[in-house]
Amino acid sequence: MINAIGREIPENIAGIKNIKPYSGPFAYTPAGRLTGPTIILNKPRSEKVLKSIEQAIDATGLKDGMTISFHHHFRNGDYVLNMVVAAIARKGIRDLTLAPSSLNNINEEIIPYIEQGVITAIETSGARGKLGKLLTNGKMKKTTIIRSHGGRARAIECGELHIDVAFLGAPACDTYGNMNGVEGKSACGSLGYAMVDAAYADKVVAITDHLVPYPLYPVSIPQTQVDYIVPVEAIGDPKGIASGALRISKDPRELLIAQYATTAIEYSGYFNQDYSIQLGSGGASLAAAQFLKEKMKQQGITASFGLGGVTAPFIEMLDEGLIKAIYDVQDFDIPSIQSMKKNANHQEMSASFYANPHNRGPIVNQLDVVILSATEVDVDFNVNVITDSNGVIMGAVGGHQDTAAGAALSIVVAPLLRGRLPMVIDQVHTVCTPGETVDIIVTERGVAVNPRRKDLRDNLREANIPLMDIEELRDIAYEFAGKPDPILVSDEVAAAVEYRDGTLIDVIRKPL
Amino acid sequence: MLMNIQPSQAGTVESNDILIILNPAETGSGIKIDLTSPVLKKYGSQIKIVIQEVLNGQGIVDAHVSANDRGALDCTIRARMMTAIDRAKLGEEVQG
Repeated sequence: MINAIGREIPENIAGIKNIKPYSGPFAYTPAGRLTGPTIILNKPRSEKVLKSIEQAIDATGLKDGMTISFHHHFRNGDYVLNMVVAAIARKGIRDLTLAPSSLNNINEEIIPYIEQGVITAIETSGARGKLGKLLTNGKMKKTTIIRSHGGRARAIECGELHIDVAFLGAPACDTYGNMNGVEGKSACGSLGYAMVDAAYADKVVAITDHLVPYPLYPVSIPQTQVDYIVPVEAIGDPKGIASGALRISKDPRELLIAQYATTAIEYSGYFNQDYSIQLGSGGASLAAAQFLKEKMKQQGITASFGLGGVTAPFIEMLDEGLIKAIYDVQDFDIPSIQSMKKNANHQEMSASFYANPHNRGPIVNQLDVVILSATEVDVDFNVNVITDSNGVIMGAVGGHQDTAAGAALSIVVAPLLRGRLPMVIDQVHTVCTPGETVDIIVTERGVAVNPRRKDLRDNLREANIPLMDIEELRDIAYEFAGKPDPILVSDEVAAAVEYRDGTLIDVIRKPL
Repeated sequence: MLMNIQPSQAGTVESNDILIILNPAETGSGIKIDLTSPVLKKYGSQIKIVIQEVLNGQGIVDAHVSANDRGALDCTIRARMMTAIDRAKLGEEVQG
């Protein structure tokens, strides 16, 4: 079948029940009730602290064919996922579905366990490096499912993604299971993605390298959701978890893109007192934060809230009073982690609060402006953030779909060429975010406004930026690089890309 | 007129550049191009055409080109090819 953006979605995809084609950002109306964990009795003075991960695996009753989950706040410093999968493999348990909130390069360590059949299915936001290649090359027994952060929260809450056991790395945890992410040697800041797993998994195991006496506070994930606690030597490598404050780019191309993006915001009609904003963590986004800060100061405008994916430039704006509050699902650097710990205006939120389209309202619905990055965009404004120029998975959907759909103004920034590769093309290899939710494409050569947003195009006429049609941007790119040959793919579907509402927006076929 | 050439090279493996290593080949063996590139799937055939065109334009019909592309544009590929060919001919004069 052909979905609403013209992508061919097979009628049957191995391992995916009830295939629904994407039909528009808010076209699908959900029905039914939320799911939840089993009910249990926990008597006074029960002991939750166990000696080892192996003991926790036994206690949870983990069996062949079940689904396990993890959170990715430790980023490329994560030890938990690898450590737990290795322990599960030693137990001889097989045929598991791995459902982490995302995967990083460090998780390549689990590839042997995939090859041995310990893990036979993966549901995640994305993957990189060798894991991305493995998922693309159809090496998994079952089709990989790619979901946005909001989509994952939705899938967990409605039961489409049922988690049997969640293994949650806890930077600080007390002896009864209260945990937070701001204390301990492996502090990662927000535990936003893990909150959904904790609330909905049948069994929750906290794995910590900072076990403290009861009670721990502040509490990010409460004792009411945690079955067992395992103290270990280290849950992550602090150097991989958070970087120092990222420096603002000196790359003139990134600076020019950032300048055009902030000028577009300034003239968009949304740059008003108490507007709200989300910025990505890419170079151009960070530079945009700097320029935006100057414009806000010049014009005496402050923002009501900032959303993210939080980085140091955002914290500076919070500290300078330019942003009233920050809502935080994940932290990228040490200043952000410290800010969440000490500043009451820096609020932690769950992935569901952030972006789930099927709860009573995620915060993305309140968002005015978002700046997003892209691997490639096409003349229909569709954005790919997951497959590279060879059609191989090398990124993650993250909150891209969610913020693009929620924000009043979604801006996608990308260089027009990366090396020889044009970033504005006829048709992206994989659609992650549909063009009807993308308003402006900013490149160093020109700025294109989605024809659906005539209002925006009118507003931007006054701005001193090179406005052009998206086709002109493509033509400039092709003039430099030539028209790219299409990536040839087989019929074999390696991964299905869900839209945030659970419909299928595209599939990733194994390249030939 | 067919040209005798010496082994030569031009370019670098920096981003957006291409390293060309040009070697003579026996008369009648034709042009052989070994190409490595991060954009092989999208631009591999186009890169080979450009290399072939420059060689033919310079009257070279037998050569072995080893090209290590790092995402170079066609103008860069032409420039590196021209330099490699100039050096290949220069080698001949020096030895001549």
